[in-house]
Amino acid sequence: MVQHYSAHVNASFAALADATRRGVLDQLARGDASITDLADKFEMTLTGMKKHDGVLELAGLVTTEKIGRVRTCRIGPSRLEREMAWIARYRQVWDARFEALDGVIDELKREEQARGRKQRK
Amino acid sequence: MVASSENESRRTTVRKASEREVIVTRTFDAPARLVFEAWSRPELFRKWWVPRSLGMTLRSCEMDVRTGGTYRLVFGDDPANPMAFFGRYLEVVPNARIVWTNEESGEAGSVTTVTLEERDGRTLLVMSELYPTKEALDEAGTGAQEAMHETFGQLDELLAGRSAH
Repeated sequence: MVQHYSAHVNASFAALADATRRGVLDQLARGDASITDLADKFEMTLTGMKKHDGVLELAGLVTTEKIGRVRTCRIGPSRLEREMAWIARYRQVWDARFEALDGVIDELKREEQARGRKQRK
Repeated sequence: MVASSENESRRTTVRKASEREVIVTRTFDAPARLVFEAWSRPELFRKWWVPRSLGMTLRSCEMDVRTGGTYRLVFGDDPANPMAFFGRYLEVVPNARIVWTNEESGEAGSVTTVTLEERDGRTLLVMSELYPTKEALDEAGTGAQEAMHETFGQLDELLAGRSAH
């Protein structure tokens, strides 16, 4: 498992160490693109772009799908994004519960105050 | 990773303490005994545990909140297809601490620990949910289907790796 882990870390480092690949990620963050589009945009050969894409894909940062003759690249579901979505969902549930709990506690406080007034009389 | 600032009052914060543990904190503007009361009396508990925004109906709620006691919550609009959550209270210290098991998921069940700390009439609630495995935790937050396809990640580890270098 540790090996699996560090292999991924190394793949991610390698993927992000290159300026072109960082540019490709930036571009894909704005929308999906085909390998051909990316090659044009970054002024390189198809083969060159395929190589970069392969590195990004290995690191799990990008996924590609071939439809007909066009290979489309998109941002992969990164660990960080999934993590944030997970926490947001968890928080949503507990936030809703605790807000309702505030209401129940306020009721208890009012009851206590009412009892306190009665006792003083 | 923290979802919100811990300094803000009445803000729910959620963070992962480890791959298997989630910690939720929240401050309540009330003494600990009232928070405990709302948590330990079934007729009060059912009022807030299933707020309308969650879109679930609580059909029944039985709780015996004391060390060794059990609870059973049944959800669902369709009586033919109920969803039950149940478990045992491992430890109950009035106004301070409730620990229970979540046994509906069998082996993947978590243990929840709620502690109440009163200060100047306000109560800090700290809740820990400890899962038996990373996979069980992932499943709890994101739904089983997504969790099944979980793979070991990249950026998070990358950042962790970078700070270690």
